[in-house]
Amino acid sequence: MSFRQLVLLATLLLSFWGHGQECSFSLRGKVQDFHDKSPLVGATLYIPELEVSAITDLNGEYIFEKLCAGNFEIEIMHPECRTLIFPVIITRSDTRDFLMEHHLEKLDEVKVVGSLFTNKTNSGLEEQVSEESLLRNSGASLGDAIKELSGVSSLNTGATIVKPAIHGLNGSRILVLNDGVRMQDMEWGDEHAPNVDVNSAGSISVIKGASALQYGGDAIGGVIVMEQSILPVRDTLYGKTVLNGISNGRGGSISSDLTKIFRDQWFLRVQGSYKRLGDQEAPDYILSNTGIAETASSIQFGRKTLEWGVQARYSFYDAEIAILRASHIGNIDDLIRSINSGEPEIIRPFTYDLQNPRQDVTHHLGKLSFYKRFEGMGKWNVQYDFQQNRRREYDVRRGELNDRASLDLELTTHSLSTDFKWDAAEKYEWQAGLIGRYQVNFPNPATGVRRLIPDYNKTELGGFLTGEYKLKPNWNIDAGIRYDFVNIDATKFYQTSRWEERGYDQEFSDLVVEEIGNQLLTNPVFTYHNFSGTTGLNYSKNNTTFLRFNYALAQRAPNPSELFSDGLHHSAARIELGDLRIKSEISNKFSLSYERRYNTWGFSVEPYANFLKDFIVLEPTGVEFTIRGAFPVWSYRQTDARLLGIDASAYADWHPNWRSEHQISLVKGNDLEQDLALINIPPVNLRNSLNFYKENWQDFEVSLISDLVLRQNEFPPNIVVFSPEQQEDVLLEINSPPAAYHLLGLNSKAEFSLGGFGKLITSVVVNNLLNTTYRDYLNRQRYFADGLGRNVQIQIIVNY
Amino acid sequence: MKSSKYFSIFFLGLLTFSSCSDDDPAPEPINEEEIITTFTATLVPDGGGTTITLQTRDLDGDGPNPPEVTVSGDFVPNSVYNGSLVLLNETETPSENITNEVEAEDEEHQFFYTIGGGLNASTEYANFDDDGNPLGTAFTFSTGAASSGTLGFTLRHEPTKPNTDLADAGGETDIAVTFSVSIQ
Repeated sequence: MSFRQLVLLATLLLSFWGHGQECSFSLRGKVQDFHDKSPLVGATLYIPELEVSAITDLNGEYIFEKLCAGNFEIEIMHPECRTLIFPVIITRSDTRDFLMEHHLEKLDEVKVVGSLFTNKTNSGLEEQVSEESLLRNSGASLGDAIKELSGVSSLNTGATIVKPAIHGLNGSRILVLNDGVRMQDMEWGDEHAPNVDVNSAGSISVIKGASALQYGGDAIGGVIVMEQSILPVRDTLYGKTVLNGISNGRGGSISSDLTKIFRDQWFLRVQGSYKRLGDQEAPDYILSNTGIAETASSIQFGRKTLEWGVQARYSFYDAEIAILRASHIGNIDDLIRSINSGEPEIIRPFTYDLQNPRQDVTHHLGKLSFYKRFEGMGKWNVQYDFQQNRRREYDVRRGELNDRASLDLELTTHSLSTDFKWDAAEKYEWQAGLIGRYQVNFPNPATGVRRLIPDYNKTELGGFLTGEYKLKPNWNIDAGIRYDFVNIDATKFYQTSRWEERGYDQEFSDLVVEEIGNQLLTNPVFTYHNFSGTTGLNYSKNNTTFLRFNYALAQRAPNPSELFSDGLHHSAARIELGDLRIKSEISNKFSLSYERRYNTWGFSVEPYANFLKDFIVLEPTGVEFTIRGAFPVWSYRQTDARLLGIDASAYADWHPNWRSEHQISLVKGNDLEQDLALINIPPVNLRNSLNFYKENWQDFEVSLISDLVLRQNEFPPNIVVFSPEQQEDVLLEINSPPAAYHLLGLNSKAEFSLGGFGKLITSVVVNNLLNTTYRDYLNRQRYFADGLGRNVQIQIIVNY
Repeated sequence: MKSSKYFSIFFLGLLTFSSCSDDDPAPEPINEEEIITTFTATLVPDGGGTTITLQTRDLDGDGPNPPEVTVSGDFVPNSVYNGSLVLLNETETPSENITNEVEAEDEEHQFFYTIGGGLNASTEYANFDDDGNPLGTAFTFSTGAASSGTLGFTLRHEPTKPNTDLADAGGETDIAVTFSVSIQ
């Protein structure tokens, strides 16, 4: 510190001394693009200490005259570049050239303004969550934040476990990229939400399909890309704190981040969030045991310069989520009773306690990354990341077992990846990469419950090559290929009776290692070779007309749940059975997007068709009897399927202060082999909003939002089961969708300046304004209880 | 070239990393600790006669095999039987008696008896929890005239107590078994 002060003093002295000296030197030179050395026109060069500036001409040349001798800093600004600061020492008239990074987006540091896209793909369907919407959902989850985008829905378990779905697909078909790390958080289960804190992201993009091959070849549904916000290039300290008061659940959340950027482009960023809610409420009753406690934090530091950068990051996530007490049931008769009663069987007074059934999940993520830029070539990245995910699920059990988890899994993943991007040429761009991943799953035997997911080691190796070519000024084409090798080596106990019932004794007898009592120890080892590819074109004109067409071939290896599940799932009162015979599923998806922006209005239309071969589905197939009664059996099987859908949106600026936005999503899913509807396909939904904005009323903004969700009329048939209690066959309405519903919401916001200290933003968000009673088809607790009643969220954001 | 050095370091890393050996010991088998495999109702006639045993046994628990149901004989008309219930987990050796656990947590459990299909009989609770509400691991079974039908037993965990019958008891079903019996 004192050294720095000394230097500063010396500099000052020098410059004063310089003033006394000759002031007749000149500095001239060129400002050029780092990649192709093309001149940068209109760059501003500024010497703050002398308050003089110069602008580059058509040849990228500049000149400063009448400079005094001394040490200075020159700040170079260009509209398409990141501002850079260079030190110069003037002792005589001199010539100096500067290089600037011209392709801003190549630094992954584009400022996101409104609906401006930062494309991850050339021709795929992409959409970005607005910064406002991200802040509004600070007290919610990732799934809630991206749900406002067209074509995005979610599969919920209550209101706190929100599993994102894109174009009707969820789970392992969706990749979540958290700051460049592919999340490995047991995404295979219906009641497993992504283990990420929405507050840790600076921006979120959703790619609706498998066109972003650099992230993975198996994103049949799509990719959610969470990225850090851009770091400015100056010595600074800034941050923000978001406080949320949430009425439904009688709790709130706080999230804070602080970034320090040092003079030499080293940076340090810390972030933390905490959320606590008690029992939530439906319009007519308390949803007993639906609270949540969530803690997340991250720290990252590193250095980012034009030529190279290094970064280390560690993040931690912990969530303890209580699951609706009434949704824990014993057998099929309990389920029939719940479906028929229309009200949860257990309604208790409000509490903050998180009781059984509940989940406790933790996720550790560590990452080291490095990049180096080669002049005239491109950028090389290398990254190592480590993830450890622990999931404990507690059921309602007898006696002291109640304090012991019924499911306790620990998933550890190491990944090493590298890629090189050639972006120096003007007309084309190439990217090639390699990835290796090693994963170990350990189910803790202390649960005293047979393992639902077995011990396994998984090795993955992949490589990709993608390219983009500028065909004509407004036309870009792209293509890419990818290969992935997946090997899974599991050790699993099967009940002998199950092994035989599945017919494995005929087909897989060589997998048996040992017979222990009535169980068989087996060692299934499977290898999958997956190929994926994409191609498409992009046309954009004058920033008013956009056309994108994309074709993507994606192949996904079955997840451990699809292969190995075997056991009773209490929260669903069903026996779930995987199948060792399941092979990779293949998707062929075609998508088209047409967007037009006029002066006061605009629209976009995005139709798509996804043809799925060997699509893996989980659906009711029969009934098994145990001493506890009858249970429906849900089995995984493969079929050919088709998803057809269209998303459309429009906006209109009726008046400088008034704007309206409209959105509709429609998707149809069919099992082509059985000519039936697919399960859990989102119903048609319409979203309309009317916004009022007035800048000189403290940026006051108010919006009224209407969400209309129609009834899903296409669903697989219900099943007939024998009810021991009623001593007869009964129809189990397990697939019947609930009625259509309409919810109104209200958002309001105003901003206040805190002088030189920062900015204060206050907002009020009301969900389900009219306290409407409804049930949602894509909520797994719809059999037991209504959806959430009115919720008022008051938010205070302080930027400093 | 400098970049080739970086690449070679990377591949070296990849090799070391993928050559991790996996000689983990085999996982230990898990025997379900809370599963109830065997339900036995023993009905002893008041004043002497043949004891009737009703049993259902499902050794593979949640596995695909259905429970084996046995009824030792027919009931005698117009008699009173003293019934007792025993629950076992036979996947463990020696088998674990779960009746004790149920009786220890008597306020959180209750048995229900269901007579169906025209069986001319009635049941009554013979033991109660600490609050005086029925528990039902002991009961009396009174037969009427000759007939046949079903006798069902349901164990609910965390039911609403007191209650009138299964319909308003709530809770989760731990056992639901039904026997076809006759009175002759």
